[in-house]
Parts: sequence; C-alpha cells; structure tokens
Amino acid sequence: MNPVSDLGAIGYLLFWGLTAVAAGIFLYRGVQLLRYISLGRGNGQATPGIRRGLAAIFNIIVQECQWKNLTHRDRAGVGHAFMFWGFILFVIYYFLFIVIASGFGIYETMEHNSFYVVYAWITDIIAPFIVIGAVWCILRRYIGRPKRLEGQLTWEALIILITVLIHPITHVGKIAAQIAAGSPPAGLSLATPPLSTAVANLYDGATSIEAWHAAWFWSHWVFVLLVLAIIGYTRYLHVIVAIINDLIRSAPPKGMVSLIDLKNPATFGVSRVDNFTQRDLLDIQACVVCGYCQENCPANLTEKPLNPLLIVRDVKANLLSNAPVLLKKQEPSLELIGGEREGSISEDAIWACTTCGACMEVCPVYIEHVPKIVEMRRDLVQMRAKFPEELLNLFENSEQRSNPWGIAPADRAKWAANIDAQPFEADKTEYLFYVGCAGAFDSRERHVSLAITRILDAAGVSWGILGREEKCCGDSLRRLGNEFVYDRMARENIAQFQEMGITKIITECPHCFSTLKNDYRQYGMELDVVHHTEFINRLLKEGRLKLNGGSNGLGNVVFHDSCYLGRHNEIYQAPREAVAAVTGKAPTEMERHHNKALCCGAGGGRMWMEESLGKRINIARVEEALKEAPATICVSCPYCMVMFEDGLKDKDADERVQVLDLAEIVAGALE
Amino acid sequence: MLVVACVKQVPDTTQVMIDPETGTLIREGVPFIVNPFDTHALEESLRLKDKYGFRVAAISMGPPNTEVTLKKALSLGADEVVLLSDRVFGGADTLATSRVLAEAVRRLGEKDEVFMVICGKQTIDGDTAQVGPGIASRLGYSQLTLVDQISDVDLRAKTVVVRRKLEGRHEIVEARLPAVLTVVREINRPRYPTVPMRLMSEEAEVILWDNKVMQLDEETIGLRGSPTQVRRIFSPERVKGEILGDGLNKPEEAAHILIDNLLERDIISL
Ligand code: SF4
Ligand code: SF4
Repeated sequence: MNPVSDLGAIGYLLFWGLTAVAAGIFLYRGVQLLRYISLGRGNGQATPGIRRGLAAIFNIIVQECQWKNLTHRDRAGVGHAFMFWGFILFVIYYFLFIVIASGFGIYETMEHNSFYVVYAWITDIIAPFIVIGAVWCILRRYIGRPKRLEGQLTWEALIILITVLIHPITHVGKIAAQIAAGSPPAGLSLATPPLSTAVANLYDGATSIEAWHAAWFWSHWVFVLLVLAIIGYTRYLHVIVAIINDLIRSAPPKGMVSLIDLKNPATFGVSRVDNFTQRDLLDIQACVVCGYCQENCPANLTEKPLNPLLIVRDVKANLLSNAPVLLKKQEPSLELIGGEREGSISEDAIWACTTCGACMEVCPVYIEHVPKIVEMRRDLVQMRAKFPEELLNLFENSEQRSNPWGIAPADRAKWAANIDAQPFEADKTEYLFYVGCAGAFDSRERHVSLAITRILDAAGVSWGILGREEKCCGDSLRRLGNEFVYDRMARENIAQFQEMGITKIITECPHCFSTLKNDYRQYGMELDVVHHTEFINRLLKEGRLKLNGGSNGLGNVVFHDSCYLGRHNEIYQAPREAVAAVTGKAPTEMERHHNKALCCGAGGGRMWMEESLGKRINIARVEEALKEAPATICVSCPYCMVMFEDGLKDKDADERVQVLDLAEIVAGALE
Repeated sequence: MLVVACVKQVPDTTQVMIDPETGTLIREGVPFIVNPFDTHALEESLRLKDKYGFRVAAISMGPPNTEVTLKKALSLGADEVVLLSDRVFGGADTLATSRVLAEAVRRLGEKDEVFMVICGKQTIDGDTAQVGPGIASRLGYSQLTLVDQISDVDLRAKTVVVRRKLEGRHEIVEARLPAVLTVVREINRPRYPTVPMRLMSEEAEVILWDNKVMQLDEETIGLRGSPTQVRRIFSPERVKGEILGDGLNKPEEAAHILIDNLLERDIISL
C-alpha cells in the first residue's frame, strides 16, 4: 500500500509539492548561508584531500561509538549517540523507502522483499533508543540543569528535541499500521519486527487500517520535511557543519592564527564581520550552544566579560544581521567590536582572553575561538592603536630592546655570569639552549635556567647559548594582536638561526617552545624544538641522570599543566613522568587537569596586563591547587611560576607551599 | 597654523658604554632611539592637531640615518617632516644647534604661521636642556620650559596657558604666541602607530634641508660655530660594593645586615 499512489495524481502532487517546498527552504537557506560565508576572505588553506575527508568521517564515527566526544565529562553523550545513529539509519530509510519507494510508486519492488523486513527490524530496534535518547537529553537539560548550560536553556533546544522525540513514534505507528494491514505480505519467511507488531495488535478490529496508515505516513513525512526545512535556521545545522569543521579544522596546534600580508590591509585585523576568514564564518554555524566552552573558560569562570560561547553567538548574529547589506557592498550597521547589542563584542571581552585554548579543546563541533579573538585584537592594535595602556611599554620595549621589560639587551647573559656557559657554535655545540626573556631577566626564573644547565651538564649534553645575541621570540606580541612587530621579530630570529646553523633547540618557556616550533613553521622554518620538561624526561628515561632517591623535601607534589605545553602541544605525560621519577609516585592532580587544566591567567599576553575585572584567575587556580594540600606545586612555565607565587602570597600560603619548576625538582634530586 | 616638534635621534644610553681610554662614547652596535622626552613633545603636538586643527611639522638635525626617527614621527601622524643634515652642521654645541633649528622654524614659518615649537625638556645624551630655550632666544619667541600641561590655547588672542612642573610646585603661566615649549614626560602618554601609518611612512619621502637650502653662515654653525666643546666623557669612579649576607636563602638575615650598615653610615636613623 502506498498512501501516495492511493491518492492518484493528487497524491504525487502533494508528496512532491511538499517535498519540494521543504527542500526549497533548505536549499534557499543553504545558499543564503553560503553567500554570507563567502563574504569572508579566503585564508589560502588547501582544500582537504580524500584522505583527510575519510579521517574526519572516521573520527566522528569513532567518537559516536564511544558516546563521549560531546561530553568529556557528563553523560549527555549517551543520548546524543542514540540520536546520532538513529538519525543516520533513518535518513537511509527515508531515502529508500519513502522518497524512492512511495515517491516513485515503486513501492512493491522496494518493500516486498526480505531486505525491507530486515530494515524494518533495524528501525524498530533503534526507534525506542531515539526516544530514550531524546527524553534523556530533555531530562538532563531541563530537570538536571547541568552547570555548563547556565544561561543557555533556550526554547530552541526543546523544540529540536521534541521533533526528535516525535519522529520515531510516527514511524512505528506507520509500520505497525502496515503490518496490521498485512503488508509486507506474509511468506517472506521472516518474522515482522517485534515492537511494530505489538503496536499493530492495537489496530485489532479497526476498520480503516488504510486510513490509519495514510495518516501516519503523511504526518510522519510532514514532520521529516519540517525538520529538513528548519535545519538551516536552527542548531540542527550542526549535523552538516560539524562534519565540515572536522574536515577543515587546523592541524595541531589548534587555533593557529594566520600570517599577515603587508600588501593586503584586509589581513591586518578584523573590525567587520567580513574581515574574518570564510573558515571562521563557517565554523560558528555549527555551534549547538552546549556550553562546554563557557564552563571551561578561565575568563568566564572568574566573572570577566568574556564568554567564548557568546563570542560565537555574537559573530554569528553579526553576520546574519550585516550580511544582506554587505552583499550589496554597503556599510554594515551593527558594529562587530564595541557595541552594546547582541552581535557586538566588547573590547574588554577581547582583551580578557588568555588564549589558553580550553574552549577549543572541549568544543564538540570544532569551532576555533582563539583565532577570532586574536584577529579582533589585531584590528584594535594594528588599525586603531587602541589597547589597554599597560601594553604600550610592552610593545615599545619588545620592539626596541627585544624583551618585555625594556632591560638593556647587553644584560641578557648576566644570568650565566657565574657558570661556564659556552656560546652556541654550529659544529661544536649540539643544542641551542634558548633561555627566553624570563629565564634571562626574571630573578626567580633565572634559578630555573641554572637548574636546567645543571641537568644538561650532569647528563653530558652539548649545549650553548646565544647570550647577548638572543632575542625575544615574540609570543606575547603575536597573541596580543601586534602581528606586525611579531613578524619582524620572528623573521630576525629565523635569519639568525639560519645564519648560525641552529636546528636543535631546547627551550625553557613553553611559549618560546610553541612559537619556535609551530608559529615559525609558517615561515617555512622547521626546527627541532624540545621543551625542557620533555628533554629532561628523555634524559631520565635514557638513564643519563643519576638521582639521589631521597624525598628532597618535596612533600606532596601537585602538578599544574601549562596551556602552551599541554593543550597547545599535547605534552601532558613527560613532566608527570619526570616528577614520578624523582618522587617515586605520580604527582597529585587538581580537579581540572590535563586538557581541562585551568590556565594560570598569564597567557595570551595577559601577563603584561592589569587584571581588574572579576576575580583573579591565578587566585582561582591557586585555590584549586590548595584543595589538594600540596607542599610543592610543580610548574613548567615562567608565567605559571609568577602567577602561582603571587597567588600563594595572596592566600598567605607561600610559607607552607613552594612553587618549583620541574627542572628545579630534578636538579635538586641529582646525586 | 603650524606646530613644530623638534625631535632628536639619540643612542639608547642604557646601552652605551664609555671607552675609558679615549673618553668617548662607544656607539658601535648601539641602537638609536627617539629621545624619550621628544616623543612626548611630538605627542603633545599631535594632540594640539587633534584638538585645534594645527598642522604638525617634525624637524630633526642629525646624520642621514635620522630619517628613521622622522619616519616614526610621520607614522604617528606628523604632516610634514624635515631632516636638517649637512656635514657643516656636525659637531655643534647647543648654541650652534639652536641656530640651525631656529632657522628651520623660520623657514617653515614662511609658508605657514608658526604658533608653537615644542621640544623635549632635554635629550638623554647631552642632558643640557639648552636647545629649546636657545631656539626661543634666536627667534624671539616666548619661552616656556618644563611644561606638564597645556591648559588652553587661544587662537584669536594668540595666547597659551600652560602649567610648568617645578621642584615641589606647579606654576601656571600665560604667554604670547608664538612660543617655544619644552615638555616633561608627565605631560602625556605617547600614542602607538597603526600599521597602515607605518607602511605609509616607510614609503614616504623625508624632505632634506642641507646648508645649500638653509644658507647659514658656516662660521655660526657646526663645530666652528660652537663656543663649547666636550673635552672628555667619563663615568665617575665607583667603588664596587661587596655582597653581604645571603639574600637569596636568608633574606631576613641579609635585611638585618643591610639595616645595620645603613645605620652605621648614618644613612638612616631609628
Ligand atoms: S582561549 Fe581560554 S580564555 Fe580565551 S576564550 Fe577560550 S577558554 Fe576563554
Ligand atoms: S562554541 Fe562549541 S563548545 Fe561552545 S557552545 Fe558552541 S558548540 Fe558548545
């Protein structure tokens, strides 16, 4: 039986008419969004090849099998996985057995066979799971009210979940009516699917099974078409865009910003939504307002005016509102930066970001928040010269004296005045020890530099320094949007490395590490860069360091992940293993650790800015650390060092808790 | 309506060392910067431009590489920059320098009426603080030194009211325009150049005035026109202190040693 052909020509007209309307709305919106997105500039990214495509699909399948990608922590992923697989199987069903079978009137060919019965079994089994999944999510969302959704419990999500909930019900109703009417015909040697059969019994004695069937069929199809029509207007859109995001997301490290092109002022920063790259305008379309990013953002957690979720929402709102006039080449009315309305982002929000990457780490649909924020900073710095006034000194000092404090470059080697540090020479020295500004100038961090040299010497590593000739890597300037000056500094450094034949580098600071390793690669400079924690752990593993085996007064060691080592470069284990090698047991973890670790508050150039809004991030992190009753907090970054020491003083805990760099812990345990 | 900012390119003195034998500065490899006080002079000129619509000209006397400094002025928003460079200007003391700068201001004034000349209160290499007043004397302009605030400019009456920062007090002065102002650092916070302005300034041409243009009597400028000459530069002898105590590991003990020592020498008292 085919409710379409049963109505004759009218049936076909109705069926294809409705389908065409829904598909039309879907396509209209699709084309509209594509035109909006195409307002952005290209970013010269290569189109991903087939391998990348397969990898992306494989990635999604694996994640949905583990039902965990979306959650990391809470169990909404269970519900999502049910809905995801149900959705896939149902899309196949719609296509084969509704569009082709009913729409073309080849109903008997398509359905009077065992494959159909097998498929009916599949949908029969999956349908209740979808219902469970949807109910699960509704309960979690509106009754459980997880913290991550604070402020984000919208009606839209409820409507979407209800459409998900109703689908399988109408489907089962339809199949059951079919079975009650004796179709598929008996004698296919396969039992009819159990759930639908059970429901079919409810039709017992009903006179107009055909009418019931038609009613279910049409209501079901109208529902499907409804969803098709609203995909582009709701968060349903993520089913398409998330896959594309997965496909085109940047290779690690996440959220790398692009270089500027001095010949093209459009690349100097983003002040209007069409200055964003097309990639930036595309990825935000996938946001499902899950709230994971806001729950993990250190700025948001400490009541600053930055919430990565709202950055995404506002960029999207700005695009939707301004795109129509931008397409007509007119000036947009809603400003992107500095306005009050939704769709506008405050300067305070833009400056509050530590570029810690926690938002991108947890975003299930691979939205890249950090490049967008940095691009807006670039506009403020490079096009408007408008930035928190503390940064003026940083910018001038970095440009003129190649260090943040403006100390005379001649003093750069002073930290090594009392040790035998040789200058790097290509054929004599293997590694360049790139000390970095903090390691060279900061009185506390100089001890870490010395500890590293003690370890290198103990292991017989051949190393040298650049001394007075070393220059700042430019990390802070880049994250703060001063790309122009960063670009000069980076090129100078690269020229120096090339000239001196430097290829193997040990860095003290994770920011230097990531910049030399990842950012300089954008200039075609491939360096073999290793952070000291990784290098020390390697030496320990190779047995090149003899440890005294004592407790060395460390007590309970709590470990803090540096963002630029962890999330940005996925180095989590090396420093932990090294601590374990010294103390004999793994370091204590805080509540947030590894890829969920809370930033110390100093990254992204925040080190050089006042933190006057909300609570201080370092205090929040120190409080987390103190919960674990540490005697020692182990860090691996000069910024974390400062932030923890300051935070401990604030909490009056600096007497009982010491902050040590991993290098100091290991150096102190050498035989 | 013109404001002229005088800027000087100086060696970054924090990085300069003195050759003990010859008693001259070792300038090799030392980067040049804009004299920090002059960045405030330029900034104040630019603020007057923003507020009253003046044109701003930046002038500098120095060797050809001073172009960099003038380009920086352009990138910050100066409308016109003039480099005063000629062999015969070299070796000038403050008198000879002020003659050249004053002549440049006079020439600029032929095209556009000069209201103010703004200089930094002194340079960090010469530290004389005489050039600004020298220009005022040569030109017969009012002279306002150590200004930390321009309170008012009356374009009709051609007067200016400024606040001078003197030791322990402020002085509010009104003067006739045109005037030469020398400014202290507190007067403002310099701005930062935008990238398009930097790129523009890199392309821009710096106008060069040598003595063919300036036509000054060579007896009055440069080394020959300078009644003062530097005989010797030296760092005062300093006896190197000794490190007392172990401040790193026993800060409290070290603090006590320090206090005792200061007391002993009568530098502090209880
Ligand atoms: S990078 Fe960190 S601070 Fe910036 S928005 Fe993301 S989570 Fe927040
Ligand atoms: S940006 Fe990503 S993590 Fe944040 S709410 Fe949207 S989908 Fe969730």
